[in-house]
Amino acid sequence: MAISPPSEKIWWNEPVEKSELVWVTIAFLWGLVMFLTMIFWHVYGEQNLSNESYRIDPDAFAARVEAMVEKHKVGEEGSSGIPVVHPPAGSDVYMLGRLWAWYPVLELEKGKSYRLHLSSLDWQHGFSLQPTNINVQVHPGYEMVLTMTPSETGEFTVVCNEFCGVGHHTMIGKIKVVNPR
Amino acid sequence: MTNDNEFRICPATGLKIHLPGELLIKVNAVTAVIFLAVGGLFGLLVALTRWQAVHLLPADLFYLVLTGHGANVLLFWIIFFEMAVLYFASAILLNSRLATPWLGWVGYVLMIVGAVMANVAVLQGDSSVMFTSYVPMKAAPHFYLGLILFAVGALIGCCIFFATLVIAKDEKTYEGSIPLVTFGALTAAIIAVFTIASGAIILIPTFLWSVGYIRHIDPLMYKVVWWAMGHSSQQINVSAHVAVWYAIAAIVLGAKPLSEKVSRTAFLFYILFLQLASAHHLLVEPGISSEWKIVNTSYFMYLAVLGSMIHGMTVPGAIEAAQRKKGFTNGAFEWLRKAPWGNPAFSGMFMSLVMFGFLGGITGVILGTEQLNILMHNTLYVPGHFHGTVVAGTTLAFMAITYLLVPLIFRREIMFPTLAKWQPYLFGIGVGGLSLFMMGAGTLGVARRHWDISFADAPLSFDYPAGAYLMLGLNGLSAILASLGGVVFIVVIVCSILWGKPIGATQAKPATPPPAAVVASYGSAGTLKLPGTIILVTVFFVSFVLYYYVNWKYLAAVWPLK
Repeated sequence: MAISPPSEKIWWNEPVEKSELVWVTIAFLWGLVMFLTMIFWHVYGEQNLSNESYRIDPDAFAARVEAMVEKHKVGEEGSSGIPVVHPPAGSDVYMLGRLWAWYPVLELEKGKSYRLHLSSLDWQHGFSLQPTNINVQVHPGYEMVLTMTPSETGEFTVVCNEFCGVGHHTMIGKIKVVNPR
Repeated sequence: MTNDNEFRICPATGLKIHLPGELLIKVNAVTAVIFLAVGGLFGLLVALTRWQAVHLLPADLFYLVLTGHGANVLLFWIIFFEMAVLYFASAILLNSRLATPWLGWVGYVLMIVGAVMANVAVLQGDSSVMFTSYVPMKAAPHFYLGLILFAVGALIGCCIFFATLVIAKDEKTYEGSIPLVTFGALTAAIIAVFTIASGAIILIPTFLWSVGYIRHIDPLMYKVVWWAMGHSSQQINVSAHVAVWYAIAAIVLGAKPLSEKVSRTAFLFYILFLQLASAHHLLVEPGISSEWKIVNTSYFMYLAVLGSMIHGMTVPGAIEAAQRKKGFTNGAFEWLRKAPWGNPAFSGMFMSLVMFGFLGGITGVILGTEQLNILMHNTLYVPGHFHGTVVAGTTLAFMAITYLLVPLIFRREIMFPTLAKWQPYLFGIGVGGLSLFMMGAGTLGVARRHWDISFADAPLSFDYPAGAYLMLGLNGLSAILASLGGVVFIVVIVCSILWGKPIGATQAKPATPPPAAVVASYGSAGTLKLPGTIILVTVFFVSFVLYYYVNWKYLAAVWPLK
């Protein structure tokens, strides 16, 4: 039994029954298939995270975000006072997370690719774009660059999904996708 | 050296039981159950707050209670119980004395002081940093210190386990190799040493940072090292509860492993590969390359998954073989239909096995796939997954074996047998619901660790789909069911220990049927064909493959990223 020493002292020479062998083989091959699927998706799939990231001082990142806001601001989001920015299609766009807001609101054009730079000014935050459901982690001191191509128009919400203190559930931002002008 | 006065002979099993070791098993198991009660209550409060129609607690209290829930059930309940399992699998199963029982008490005191200290820190309200306590968010120093003390105590327990193995071998208390269950416990203890070392490497500097001796801790480095503890500690649970599955199958049904070689190799895979799987918590982090992510979570992790898939066949296989030997040979499933479903140890164990595979296992592999993680990272899918592994899997298995430990170790009959009979079903169905409905909400994008999905206080507005509210409501109902199961468990066990009818040495009547005769004399070559198990694993495999590719299909619909 499993709670007593093996009945056969030389248990490592015991033959293994066929159905067990078959199952082990199938399970092993399935692991290989899953391994190759990930690599396949890197080559042929359209949804992969970039490996591009940099160390950056939070103040330096905030300055870059501010520069973009000043250059491309087109309005403010409701009564919140958060600027809405419409950067040129295909450009580098920035969004920062801080306690407890995503800044600024981005207005992007459908079908155009943008290099989205994400970082945090204070704690860790979770960039969760809804309802399309893209979730990435945002760290202070690290800048992640994602090339993103919005494929549908509408208003999308960035929910924070990394716990960041007592105001965590109030931290939301927006990405608006419009038809190209 | 061995002193015969320190032993008693178990009338049911004939095992020689070391009394000082037995006392440590009792104390650790009882302490574990107390922390389960505290942590379970916190869990119920969490679920009732996330149920948007009830929304029980205010935000600050919700985050406090959620931190307490994680620490009490994930660490304190499970690890105290694992100490009892380690002492049982070494001293009791090997007929040996436990090494240095006094040191076991030192470890126990450290653990209890640490656990209480961390709880005090959380309840004081300035340490609501969640179980993961990611820097630069800071908790009170005694939160980290409590965890460190607890870990040191647990490390002492592991060392006593290793020392007991050495003593048993030296004093020849058993013949041949250690039993499979002890082997499984050994893998758990080896993984525990790695886990605790990683915990020390990251928590000691974080403690020094919290008191001001260290200026800066890199958040990414923290996460990489923290998960070497955070995820590996869940691998201890997997090893331990798989060992418990084998133990229950052996004690209740007299099941013998199909093949010692295959089952032991599967345990070995856990030691070699499971730690690397902790990389799957870092799949959407900046600064880590895809190659690193894929290597660690793919073939390394998949070899550990292979280990679990092997146990997923050999455990029910061993049960089927034992049952067929007893004459339940009609059709593919008579052995399963006529299994002792009224025995809470068996029903709990079998539900743990099924739910660990279908709910926890499959979803764990999906979460651990580099690109699929984009869909689910930090959504409620994640807690949905691990309530399938550590609650439906580990906690239910530990509850199940408690029904055997009470008569064997506490020498008391189980009180309220009817309640006990239904308890695993209450808890199991409740927890299965928790796991499913949280994953449902997560698939709809709902964030984990989030007080208000209606965003009533936010400067901007957003609404999750109506289905998300339904899922969280069903989740709340499941939590009530699971809590009911938890309360019944605690009442039955505590009452049995305190007031249960003592089982005397003369009346040698165990609460469970005595082990059946050895099933096969020579490994799986001597066993029967196992059509039922083959059907079960086929169903599992087909579900796995289908669900895996369904998720790739979801991913393909998301905005292109690179």
